[in-house]
Amino acid sequence: MASGPYSAKVMDHFMNPRNVGEIEDASGVGEVGNPACGDMMRLYLKVEGGKIVDAKFRTFGCGAAIASSSMLTEMIKGKTVEEAQAITNQHVADALDGLPAVKIHCSVMAEEAVKSALDDYRKKNPA
Amino acid sequence: MANIFFDHISTTPIDPRVLEAMMPYFTERYGNPSSHIHDQGQQALKAIDAARAEVAGLVNAKPEAIVFTSGATEANNLAIKGAAEAWSKKGKHLVASEVEHFSVLNALLPLRNRGYEVTTVKADSDGKVDPDDVRKAIRTDTVLVSVMHANSEIGTIEPIEEIGRIAREREVLFHTDATASAGHVPLDVTVAGADLVTLSAHNFYGPKGTGALVVREGVGLESQIDGGFQEMGYRAGTENVPGIVGMGRAAKIATEEMGEWSFRLRRLEKRLRDGVASSVEHLHFTGHPTDRLPGHVSFWVEYAEGESLLLFLALHGVMAASGSACSSNLKGRDEDDLVASHVLRAIGVPSDICTGSITFSMGKENTEQDVDQVLSVLPGIVRRLWEMSPTYLDYQKKVLRGG
Repeated sequence: MASGPYSAKVMDHFMNPRNVGEIEDASGVGEVGNPACGDMMRLYLKVEGGKIVDAKFRTFGCGAAIASSSMLTEMIKGKTVEEAQAITNQHVADALDGLPAVKIHCSVMAEEAVKSALDDYRKKNPA
Repeated sequence: MANIFFDHISTTPIDPRVLEAMMPYFTERYGNPSSHIHDQGQQALKAIDAARAEVAGLVNAKPEAIVFTSGATEANNLAIKGAAEAWSKKGKHLVASEVEHFSVLNALLPLRNRGYEVTTVKADSDGKVDPDDVRKAIRTDTVLVSVMHANSEIGTIEPIEEIGRIAREREVLFHTDATASAGHVPLDVTVAGADLVTLSAHNFYGPKGTGALVVREGVGLESQIDGGFQEMGYRAGTENVPGIVGMGRAAKIATEEMGEWSFRLRRLEKRLRDGVASSVEHLHFTGHPTDRLPGHVSFWVEYAEGESLLLFLALHGVMAASGSACSSNLKGRDEDDLVASHVLRAIGVPSDICTGSITFSMGKENTEQDVDQVLSVLPGIVRRLWEMSPTYLDYQKKVLRGG
């Protein structure tokens, strides 16, 4: 069901967001955005053997921010750290069948969140 | 699930009686009022003159004071730029409140670039402008004061009678934008001391594309559209006859029925206000608690973003509005078009915990059942957003720690 400016896929992820929550013993946590700017995302990763085995998020924000967060967690689960590192905002927006021009920053937030969480992971697990 | 329209501040459905009055002017009576030598033109001219009297009756103005425009935006532009240009020999200073609509604030911008000065008067945390601040802002070279009658986003009704009195004492023109209030609360231009008043037909069950500027006799404005001599020379262009007829009928209906609408809407407003106050935590009402538009309830909820709230409400068939940072212009070209509500900033809503307020604006067709349906879904929507929100999680942890 498409609603207003959003694609059916955005609405699906907004109404039924995947992987909402926390990971208690996360391997890496990333937090980006600022509620004052309208959105904020916290991403928790569980990495085992160089692979992302679990991802959870909490997001404060608009429909596009919630959908981008949800889609991101789906995309990175099962990926290697290197593969996840290569994910861009365009990948997230494409996977959602596009975002309105004014909402591209929401997919950027998702990209920054995974990079930030991976930075945290590498800090905790120096090679 | 019934669809509930709680966004009457953005527009209202046209009253069937208004549509009925308009219809002949599309088909049978299609004359141009300027071409009144024949019957078709005569009928059109008579129709717009009758509408002029009806619109005048809504605000106790003289019929010849009504200048029809394409809507409130054009009326506000004509008032601000037209007065500034016509009175530039007296001075080049204007005063406006910071909670004005964009069509007032943005009409001031090109004037600033042309050497005019603008003093912006602040509003308090209820969105009220202090008339004393207006008094202090007026200078010897001030030509115009513009303060709205009521604010669409937060519902606050401004003390325009006092402001009008001050403007008169200081011999400064007073413009009030009554887009949100006209047809909903009584407005008498003689009591308000207003020289210029902006009206919008589609905000009181009339058609879109028609508005008016009430111009008190002797005010004098520079026309903003060059062309023929329609509308006493204030506004060139062939009149939107069906629209004007519709505005006239809508004004007449509102004049007669406003009291009854407002009585019902105050009851619905109380039901909704009491209902959300008792069922949603961390909720903050915006605007003045009592001096407000009937049927207007606005608030923000901590840890719940405005657009997400609206989207979930829309999925439940409830159509409301937001002054949210995120949803203000989804059709914008780029992110520069996303601007936080200047009204919320003006009344000091903390931007770190709130990025969007919700405005429920009820209309004459809404019922208690509509209110109850909203009340039945809102708490669940808020909880759902909180459960997703990192900021709410942090708040809960803080509470658990006894912080």
